Parts: sequence; structure tokens; C-alpha cells
Amino acid sequence: MSGFAPFMRALSAVVWKDLRAEWRSRELLSAMLVFALLVILIFNFALELESTVRANVTAGVLWVTFTFAGQLGLNRSMAVEKDRGCLDGLLLAPVDRAAIYLGKTLANWVFMLLVAVIVLPIYSVLYNTNLFIPGLLLTILLGSEGYVAVGTLLSSMAVQARTRDILLPILLFPVAIPVVVAAVKATGGYLQGLDITEIQPWLNLLLTYDVVFTAVAFMVFDSVVEE
Amino acid sequence: MNAKPKLLTVLDVVAGAMFVAAVALVFFYAPLERVMGLVQKVFYFHVASAWIGMLAFAVAAFYGVLYLVKKDERYDRVELAAVEIGIVFALITIVTGSIWARPIWNAWWTWDPRLTTATVMELVYFAYLMLRSGIEEPERRARFGAVYAIIGFLSVPLTFFSIRLFRTIHPVVIGSNDPGAEGAFDMTQKMTQTFMFSLLTFTVGFVTLLWHRVRLGVLSDKVEQLKLKLQS
Repeated sequence: MSGFAPFMRALSAVVWKDLRAEWRSRELLSAMLVFALLVILIFNFALELESTVRANVTAGVLWVTFTFAGQLGLNRSMAVEKDRGCLDGLLLAPVDRAAIYLGKTLANWVFMLLVAVIVLPIYSVLYNTNLFIPGLLLTILLGSEGYVAVGTLLSSMAVQARTRDILLPILLFPVAIPVVVAAVKATGGYLQGLDITEIQPWLNLLLTYDVVFTAVAFMVFDSVVEE
Repeated sequence: MNAKPKLLTVLDVVAGAMFVAAVALVFFYAPLERVMGLVQKVFYFHVASAWIGMLAFAVAAFYGVLYLVKKDERYDRVELAAVEIGIVFALITIVTGSIWARPIWNAWWTWDPRLTTATVMELVYFAYLMLRSGIEEPERRARFGAVYAIIGFLSVPLTFFSIRLFRTIHPVVIGSNDPGAEGAFDMTQKMTQTFMFSLLTFTVGFVTLLWHRVRLGVLSDKVEQLKLKLQS
């Protein structure tokens, strides 16, 4: 089975399956959301988010929240597949495995963006800052793509290991550092209203990371799930 | 039945002799740096270790790709051996760097791109070892290890560039220098010779260690098989 049309069909089937399962149970999104809010709450006390401090740390707080909540979702989305034997079913399907990888990645991306869509207005209201800057939304789009591209690959390895619950963050965070650094810097740049020429390098870095790691994960996913 | 190869014994002796010679060169041949004094001598082995660290991780990623293509366990052994050696040399780099930085930068540690990248790299390969230790099946362990060795190695340059956009104070002795760097110096001819010899020494040492570690891997696999045979 090859060709573009069957590939897209398989891909959209996987995405659709994930979104529908999530729509029925809502266990992944609700966990990510509550967790994200708790992280913001903890930061509020840990950093004393007064208006003077806030201007400098908002970008960092946001991205720590996204990466932690994202990691939770990534772990869960693969653990569900593994536990109920769904992964074996998926792999038995006569489709390109890269389509399965891309489908899972897209679904995870949607979940992360949904969390961002809900967290941003709440953060804006709680701390009286306007976060609805088009560039900032672009940064979140780019940053979370790179993060889930690597995260989906690594979580499909982590769930097959003995120490699976603790393994994903340990595998993912050191590799995801470029995303976090670049995303925090770009977000901070937009929040401080810096010139686009100062933000551009960070966006380029995010884009590079996205392209490189999506491509590599796409190529090696086959050897992660092969049985 | 698995006698130590002659060439390996020769390599052992050569590497050992070269190391002694390198130490002698560093202390008796290379001149004392005028501003920094004795502590500058750390530089010869510091950079050589950093080179071996990078080389080892590159070798690991290369054999990771080879493993994924050929699915031969020999490649997996080399990959693991290279990662283990790389971790040790990256650690030596960080420690010797700290010893130098204390008098020169007046701090054991700064969040400079090279230092931070070295640390992140160290963490990536610790994660690699933890991933491997969490999987019992040898074939799957090899596959996952190869994938992570590739992903980890690719992330290192990006980590470096991402942190480099912050100002750096780490000196660049080889190649162009940033005027903001502290502790930079120009090498005299004798210094360059000593430095090149240290690089060569460490590279020979790396090959020797790698060979030993791969051999150890082969032997321990054999022991594992014999144990299984005894049980059945």
C-alpha cells in the first residue's frame, strides 16, 4: 500500500480516531488542563507573580506549563494505545506506519494547542496581561509542533519500557531544550514588543527544529514499533 | 577461544606511551602561559577530552544509523561502547573546565553555551543509558538505543545554537575569537605542537578503549548465552 491518497486516508483515520476517543472520554484533555492550571497556580506562589516580576517571567511560566502538560498528554496518549492492545491493532492495519506516526503526532498537537487555547485567556484574565498577539500564537504553533513531533516518537518508545512512567520526561526534556529556549525567547520578545528582527532568529530556530525532527522521527518510527 | 588480538596489545602499549609523552610535553615542553600561568595547562587535555566526547557521540549516532539499516548486533555493541566512553570524556571535559574556570572566570560554572551544551549532552546520554536499562529484550533495546542515539546527537547542535544567542564568555582558542571572551590566548608554536599531540594521544586512546569495550560486550553476550544454555 503506497501512494499519497491511501496515506492521507490512513493519517486522517488515526487523527479522527484519537479526537473521537478523546471527545467521548475527555480524560486526556481534562487532565492536561487541570494540571496546567495547577502549574500556573504553583508558579503564582513560587515566583510571587507581581506585576513587575510578571513581565519578565510570563514567557517562562507559559512554556513550562505547556511542556509539562504536553508531556502528561503524550505519555497518556501512547499508554492508552499500549494498555488496551490498540497499538497492536493499529500496527496490524495494512497502512504505512509513518501515517500512524503522523496521525498520532497531529492528534497530540491538537491536544496541546487546545490546552494553549484555554490556558492563554485564563492566564490573561488572572494576571491582567494581553496574550493575544498573533506572533505569540505563531510561536506556540511552531514550538508545540516540534515538541510533539519528538515527544510522540519518544513516548512510543517509553511505553514499551519497564520504567515507562518516569522515562518519557527524562528522554524528552534534554532533547527538547532547543524548543523551550527558542519558544521562551520568542514569546518574551513578543510580550515585550521587541522588533521582529530580534525575534526572527528564534522563529527560524523553531522552524529548523520542527523540520529536522519531524523528518527524522518520520523516518525512524518504523523501527520503534516493529515487532 | 577468544584470545586478545595482538594488535590490541600493541595499541595498549602505544596509547600508554603516548599518554606519558603527552603529559611530559604538557609540563616540560609547552611554555608557561604568561597571564594565566600553570592552570592554562589544563587546556591541552580539556580540549582533547571534549573532542573525544564529540567524536564518541558522533560514532554512536553513525553506528545507530548502521544498526537501523543492517540490524546487526555488532553495530549495537559499538554504539553502546561509544556512548559510554563519550559520557566519561564529556565529564572529564566539564571537570577540567571547572578547574580552569575557577581562577580565570572566578567561578566554577557559568551558563555559557559550551558549558550548558556539554551538560545537556551529558544528560541526553544518561537518558540513553536509562532507556536501555529499562528494556530487557536485546533486539528491542538495540533498536530503541539506535533511535535515541540519532535523535540525541541531532539535538546537540541545535541546543548549542539556541543557547549561543546569549552572550558567551568561553574563549575560542582555535579559529576566530570573540573579543568579549575572557581567558583567551594565542598559542605559540610549542603550544600548538603539544596540543596537536594531545589530540592525537586521546584519539588513539579512544580507539583502544572502544575496542576493549566492544570486546567486553562480545564476551558478556557470550557469558549470557552460556548461562542460558546451563539453565536449559
